Amino acid sequence: MDVKILKGANIKLKGVADRVYGNIQNSTLYAIKPSDFHLVVPKMVVKIGDIVAAGDVLFYDKNNDLIKFTSPVSGVVDNIVRGDKRKILEIVVESDLEIKYKEFEKRNLVSLNREVIINDLLLSGLWPLIRQRPFGTIANPNDVPKSIFISGFDSSPLAPDNDFIFHGDTELFQLGLDIITQLSPGTTHLNLDGNSNAAKCFSGAKGVQINNIYGPHPAGNVGVQIHHIDPINKGDIVWCLNPQDVISIARFFKDGKYDASKIIVLTGSKIKKTRYYRVLQGMSVKDLVKDNLIDGEKRFISGNVLTGTRIKEDGYIGFYDFQVSVIPEGDYNEFLGWLLPGLSKYSLSRTFFSWLSTKKEYELDSNTHGEERAFVMTGQYEQYMPIDVFPVQLIKAILIEDIELMENLGIYEVHPEDFALCEFACTSKVPVQSIIQRGLDIIKKECS
Amino acid sequence: MKLMKNILKTIKPNFEKGGKLHTLYPAYDAFETFLFVPNHTSSEGAHIRDSIDLKRTMVLVIIALLPCLIFGMWNTGYQYHSQLTLGMAGYQDIYSMWDHFLFGFWKVLPLIIVSYVVGLSVEFAFAVSRKHQVNEGYLVTGMLIPLVMPIDVPLWMLALSVIFAVVIGKEVFGGTGMNILNPALTARAFIFFAYPTKMSGDKVWVHNGETIDAISGETALGELASLSKLDVVSNQSVFNQLFSSEGMYSLYNSFIGTIPGSVGETSVVAILIGAFILLFTGVGSRIIMSSMFLGGLLMAYIFNLLDVNLFMSLPAIHQLCVGGFFFGMVFMATDPVSAAQTNQGKFIYGFLCGVLSILIRVVNPAYPEGVMVAILFMNVMAPLIDHYVVQANINRRLKRIQK
Repeated sequence: MDVKILKGANIKLKGVADRVYGNIQNSTLYAIKPSDFHLVVPKMVVKIGDIVAAGDVLFYDKNNDLIKFTSPVSGVVDNIVRGDKRKILEIVVESDLEIKYKEFEKRNLVSLNREVIINDLLLSGLWPLIRQRPFGTIANPNDVPKSIFISGFDSSPLAPDNDFIFHGDTELFQLGLDIITQLSPGTTHLNLDGNSNAAKCFSGAKGVQINNIYGPHPAGNVGVQIHHIDPINKGDIVWCLNPQDVISIARFFKDGKYDASKIIVLTGSKIKKTRYYRVLQGMSVKDLVKDNLIDGEKRFISGNVLTGTRIKEDGYIGFYDFQVSVIPEGDYNEFLGWLLPGLSKYSLSRTFFSWLSTKKEYELDSNTHGEERAFVMTGQYEQYMPIDVFPVQLIKAILIEDIELMENLGIYEVHPEDFALCEFACTSKVPVQSIIQRGLDIIKKECS
Repeated sequence: MKLMKNILKTIKPNFEKGGKLHTLYPAYDAFETFLFVPNHTSSEGAHIRDSIDLKRTMVLVIIALLPCLIFGMWNTGYQYHSQLTLGMAGYQDIYSMWDHFLFGFWKVLPLIIVSYVVGLSVEFAFAVSRKHQVNEGYLVTGMLIPLVMPIDVPLWMLALSVIFAVVIGKEVFGGTGMNILNPALTARAFIFFAYPTKMSGDKVWVHNGETIDAISGETALGELASLSKLDVVSNQSVFNQLFSSEGMYSLYNSFIGTIPGSVGETSVVAILIGAFILLFTGVGSRIIMSSMFLGGLLMAYIFNLLDVNLFMSLPAIHQLCVGGFFFGMVFMATDPVSAAQTNQGKFIYGFLCGVLSILIRVVNPAYPEGVMVAILFMNVMAPLIDHYVVQANINRRLKRIQK
């Protein structure tokens, strides 16, 4: 199926990664952050000083004790970092030099069935990789999804290039797909970037429906793809994965151990050499960016600049992130900045004279370029919203907490990341993503 | 620059929590952010943000209004001087272009000053009492109001209309972004209905029209309305004289704008320059502008076909060029807050604005300036239009479930 996305925009950022793998020494500190898993309430299994192997459970979800979170490395639980109200923020594990893996039962790959797959994924701690729509939370193993969606590409700014990463992984990827397709009686969709030539493992994938998505960001967002291919109605559940998750699952069933490795990309205008790296889940960013930073105030983001999570310089890569972005912090005042021609100011509109410039890439910082204001400009979000919802009306419905109106306006079809471009472009600097998240939380609470 | 930064830095503690002047913080904040784009960094959501903000948007609208303002100043002087010297031999040579402009400049400037000083004072007062930041919306309203006024409007009346517009038109609904009616048009409507003698007739559109015994100080629309009232055969010749290519309200003059009228509304050329700026930068809605133009053109064309009176017989394009149709289309109907907010809604809203503008002005000669009434009426209807557009989206979604 071909899908053409007309609305959206690609932001031209400086710091695109070279298609080269970089070498780094293995980090010693790894962390799993419960905050990566929205609405999960962690119940600790380990305490500081415990010795764990890779695949040993660190904590599980209080709301659903089937869902377990395991250690990506073997070593000693070094710290459990708590924030306000003793909320658990990070479980830090100091890694052994040589990783010892917990042994899982090796399955006969031919005779795998849905029950066994789900059971093994839950035990290994790989289950949280599977997320559901609506809500974008970890899938409930008791649900039967109507279909499964894998977005084969990431269209967000400076995103990793999956066609590069997956070069030569054809067999493993197909194995993963064969396993995953058993999770749903419906179709498994693999969505590829119509604007480029997909890697062989994608274009040659069997047992799945391949869809080509054309158009600018957010074409790569799985929510946008679902909307155009097999939209979610109230009560529907769709499971989603990232292609690298497919590989992780395949590797687990092939080797019988939890190998938490993944490929991430280090990007951003404050990075000297932007590279791809093979790392383990939850690696310390400090070790990743060592000797590779450009001077100046920096903001570290796990994920991309639109939807990623702000982390500290010594923070850890998020569970769902395949990208670390480092951009300049925009902590400065600008004299009459709203009045100047703005030849080098990036804007999706033509309100600054930067439309004159033929510059290919811009170095954007975290400055908001203005204060939050009442909602005035209309028609702006609509330009960047390829889902057939009325973004402003939906946001207003959330602000007044009108549940029925939210449902009618299609809250089940959206996720904060789909609104990231709206938030970027917003003249009034409205925190759109957090409002959408609030709406989803209200609905989720109402549903349960 | 650094000096200013230091001054701000030294006085800031007075306005911060615990400071003596803390209640005035919104006022201080408005000045600080006016001078310096604040050093705020994104704390949630997207880490990078577009350079655009509300100040930039508003300043672009003001820039788009400048051609109208400058032409309006010139035309004020031009109208006055040409009435003054009417009948004199070689009168064209007495006053230069520059004289016209300077004369108008000193006449229009007080209107602008009063509009801004009064309007911003009210805005600041509300911001301080409600403890929110000063929104930039009034920067545009404050410029629009003088441009839609007759040149001789008494300043106290202007001040009163500004207060009415800001308080009743905007603040009672919750301030910028919440208002139902376009504040600038609310100000004009206030004077129109409260002091009709200052807003209609043939004496107010040219400076000192009452004393210099202006022979033709009427707006084109007023002239048309009175010509259409009585079915007198001689009217046809007056009409021909005024609206033919040689006449005072010829298509050329109406397009260039050398006719009496509100300060900024007369020149279609100046308005179109503004429209280009708004459309190119994406600040103004091209849907509303184009659909309103279409609606107005269609209605004027239908009247051409009916051709019952002289007003209706005016060719469609000429009909649109006289009066405030273009000004309303480019600067008033496009106000994003009071217009429809959905794209389909905007089309319907703009189209009806155009149809109603021409309909009201032609069919009801008591309101020769139909644009103002039409847009205000459609402002009220806009939420209803949006409601049905949104409902259609909801129904689409419900249908999908049933399938």
